[in-house]
Amino acid sequence: MDAESLLLSLELASGSGQGLSPDRRASLLTSLTLVKRDYRYDRVLFWGRILGLVADYYIAQGLSEDQLAPRKTLYRGRGRKLGNQDPGDVVGSLNCMEWSLLPPATEEMVVQTSVVKGRFMGDPSHEYEHTELQKMSEGEKVFEEEVVVQIKEETRLVSVIDQIDKAVAVIPRGALFKTPFGPIHVNRTFEGLSLSEAKKLSSYFHFREPVELKNKTLLEKADLDPSLDFMDPLEHDIPKGSWSIQMERGNALVVLRSLLWPGLTFFHAPRTKNCGYIYVGTGEKNIDLPFML
Amino acid sequence: MEDLTSPKQDKENQELGEARRPWEEIAGSSQDPESGLSEPLESEQWLETGPQPRSSPPQSPQSRASPPLDEVRGSGAPSPPSAPEASFIPFTLALAGQQLAAPWQSDRTTDVNPKAETPRSHHLEQSDQGESTAPQTCQSEGDTFKQSQQTERHLYGPEDVSNNNSKQKELRFNIFQEEDSNSNYELDHTESGVSEGAPSLLEIAVQSAKAYLLKTSSKSGLNLYDHLSDMLTKVLDERPENAVDIIESISQDVKMAHFRKKLDTLQNENEMLPIYETAEKQKALFLQGNLEGVDQELEDEIAENSLPNVMESAFYFEQAGVGLGTDETYRIFLALKQLTDTHPIQRCRFWGKILGLEMNYIVAEVEFREGEDEEDVEDEDVTEERDDGDSDAEENDEDELPRTFYKTPQVIPKEENRTGANKYVYFVCNEPGGPWVKLPSVTPTQIVTARKIKKFFTGRLETPIVSYPPFPGNESNYLRAQIARISAGTHVSPLGFYQFGEEEGEEEEEVEGRRDSFEENPDFEGIQVIDLVESLSNWVHHVQHILSQGRCNWFNPIQKSEEEEEEEEDEEKEEGKGEELEYMEQEVGPPLLTPISEDTEIQNIPPWTTRLSSTLIPQYAIAVLRSNLWPGAYAFSNGKKFENFYIGWGHKYSPDNYTPPAPPPVYQEYPSGAEITEMDDPSVQEEQAFRAAREAAALPVEEMGETEEDEDEDDDSDQE
Repeated sequence: MDAESLLLSLELASGSGQGLSPDRRASLLTSLTLVKRDYRYDRVLFWGRILGLVADYYIAQGLSEDQLAPRKTLYRGRGRKLGNQDPGDVVGSLNCMEWSLLPPATEEMVVQTSVVKGRFMGDPSHEYEHTELQKMSEGEKVFEEEVVVQIKEETRLVSVIDQIDKAVAVIPRGALFKTPFGPIHVNRTFEGLSLSEAKKLSSYFHFREPVELKNKTLLEKADLDPSLDFMDPLEHDIPKGSWSIQMERGNALVVLRSLLWPGLTFFHAPRTKNCGYIYVGTGEKNIDLPFML
Repeated sequence: MEDLTSPKQDKENQELGEARRPWEEIAGSSQDPESGLSEPLESEQWLETGPQPRSSPPQSPQSRASPPLDEVRGSGAPSPPSAPEASFIPFTLALAGQQLAAPWQSDRTTDVNPKAETPRSHHLEQSDQGESTAPQTCQSEGDTFKQSQQTERHLYGPEDVSNNNSKQKELRFNIFQEEDSNSNYELDHTESGVSEGAPSLLEIAVQSAKAYLLKTSSKSGLNLYDHLSDMLTKVLDERPENAVDIIESISQDVKMAHFRKKLDTLQNENEMLPIYETAEKQKALFLQGNLEGVDQELEDEIAENSLPNVMESAFYFEQAGVGLGTDETYRIFLALKQLTDTHPIQRCRFWGKILGLEMNYIVAEVEFREGEDEEDVEDEDVTEERDDGDSDAEENDEDELPRTFYKTPQVIPKEENRTGANKYVYFVCNEPGGPWVKLPSVTPTQIVTARKIKKFFTGRLETPIVSYPPFPGNESNYLRAQIARISAGTHVSPLGFYQFGEEEGEEEEEVEGRRDSFEENPDFEGIQVIDLVESLSNWVHHVQHILSQGRCNWFNPIQKSEEEEEEEEDEEKEEGKGEELEYMEQEVGPPLLTPISEDTEIQNIPPWTTRLSSTLIPQYAIAVLRSNLWPGAYAFSNGKKFENFYIGWGHKYSPDNYTPPAPPPVYQEYPSGAEITEMDDPSVQEEQAFRAAREAAALPVEEMGETEEDEDEDDDSDQE
């Protein structure tokens, strides 16, 4: 959710019980403004919070000026030139005032941290220990050896945020548009989805580079509007039913809840520009989903 | 189309009126060599009538001379050659502000004499036109630009006109129209035809371009010509800043305006209907205050204690960073008031909210006033009936064939209302203002099964629960079981707030030292918030622990079976209850008011997290307790007050993924023993030996033979 309209967004997203205490709100409003100034971001999004056992992580995302399109920022470090020199657009905080940059996530980190289970501690320097068998070869001999891998919680945090962003970040159709020159801009004429559109999953997109779009047939592509339909719609998510879509307050608010990453709430008031998503949860994926439907 | 054309006709009639004067001027000016003087006037005139670009300007005599022509044009048909040409060019000129060209214009249309100059002047005009119209046509339609370019080409090579087939068709059409439409026009036409040989080609080209623009779309019934003119009308009417930037949206608006006409009768009402419905429902919540004005005091007496102060606890939970929005909380508050007003409720509490796939559940925990439990009787009847049915079935079959030895595992009876897991009654509704639905009381089987499954709630109470250990009941039962489990696990209070009731001393003996009721401690002095945060032992459970049996109070299933027969006891041992027999007396859980510091850990994860709501102002902060076992369960205490709240999906946390329970063991077949195996058939020797032995004893047993015969007869009759 946009840091500037934080209060309204929080009010809209409150149906899931995920709020912020007044002191947190106030401090976020203050500190995110400063973050925006210090890092020269064009937009700052309050991403959400990850509940730790001892303390919570508050996460914000900054979108840089030349990348009005979030596309690049989201895909930092994924084979793009920005890669590692990217200033890092995710900032985390424990007390909502002092923000520190998180390193960009890499594929390697995601693989590495996938072995860690359980809750976050709330201490970035906490180290998870994981023993794994590695095949060591010395000359001709091949033997297995137990290696203790130490994984920092910070690494895990980054990779989890990255996974959530790629899996369930949501944007309504039309809120962004692709200019003929390639970059993706915020659509200033976006007036919100109409009521009938707001009830359909096909009106919402993954807030990331399209993955599925290339696999579509020409026939399917024919109906798409190239300036709007350049991202993957939610409706083809696997498994089917990984979203709960609800109209609340008598159709005045549509709320999407991810069942795959419980805790992610997307809200949109039809016919208005108000939309956004927030993640409040433990940072664990719900792998039991097929059993629960 | 009809309603579109009528206003335009009006406009044009108006213009005709206006046109008269300038034309007279032109008539004068045609005789006057200084015709340029009248031109500024005309262009001014044009600016006024500008918003209607398609209206023919007054310069040409034809436009005035042929009013029916305009009608024809208004209905989308192409108009005769000279009129649009005359209108088109001055219009662009006026827009471009090129007054130099104007004299030529007037010359051309009115003067016959300077014939030699006309081609050149037309050439110039045409190029002007090309320049000035190009941006416009580009914005609207690429094709028209091509057309205008084509017209330019035609100027130089008039032979090319016939190249374009489609154009020719249109041309033919135009001519056809002309001939049809009016006879009084012939004069002008011939005049222009005589006067300008070469320009007529241009006129035809322009005409055909216009005809193209006027082509009606088969989808919307609009044409581009009208659309452009409407757009310009709108722009000039509204005079927006930077019109070029928003031309797309203007275009859209203009189009939308056309469509709205058709839709308004059909659409308007349906789309926003649900929001009105909800508002109507919720209006009842806000109005209920007025209804009870009659016996206010009596109401106050009753309602005083039953309604919880939702807003106060919501305030504290907001400090903790949980809870619903302010307005939703207030609606729930009103809905609870509605509930307490309509039911005989002694105590009520906002339990929490359980999220569902389609709708959510708002849960209220209530305690009925003594002796006023509604509907409970019915529930019991149902279960009794079930029991009767079972026993009947057992009694009925008196076959000689062996009956099944398998006895369904003994149904553990549910706990009475007001005790154990059924201590409270729960009401749910999908949204504030909706009807409150009372959940049925929970049975131990449901709790036991619910522990083995993990399902999302859909939001509809009658949904069947499809799961591997078959769940006895629908979603309302599952919801009730989860509520019971969550309450038992996460309802905590500061140490000392509740104490065991002294009057209940008798019960203590009965339940062997376990007490299951408590009351508020009147002498509770409060606990320092800091202590509540730092030590978990200052929080105690005030809801009974649910045993693995599914009940809070131990029900001894063995005792009952002992009364019956000893065999069954053996069977039960085989069934696996043998383990329990060893310490058979009772399965013991933590007693009431046990500190939560004794809760079991979940794989090295502490079951509770405590926090101070604000580190900045610790003196007014409250203690916040978060359950890690049931994510979404919170409790706060400010030292004296406390409250519990749950919001979430209604699932228990586990670091591992959910594993479906293993299938039950396969029953072993009967061991092959003496009862199963048979001897070989008796051999002849054996039978002979037997017969010999029988004959030896035959005499005294004659009577036996008779009886055998009788039996045979009986058999026969049976067979028949």
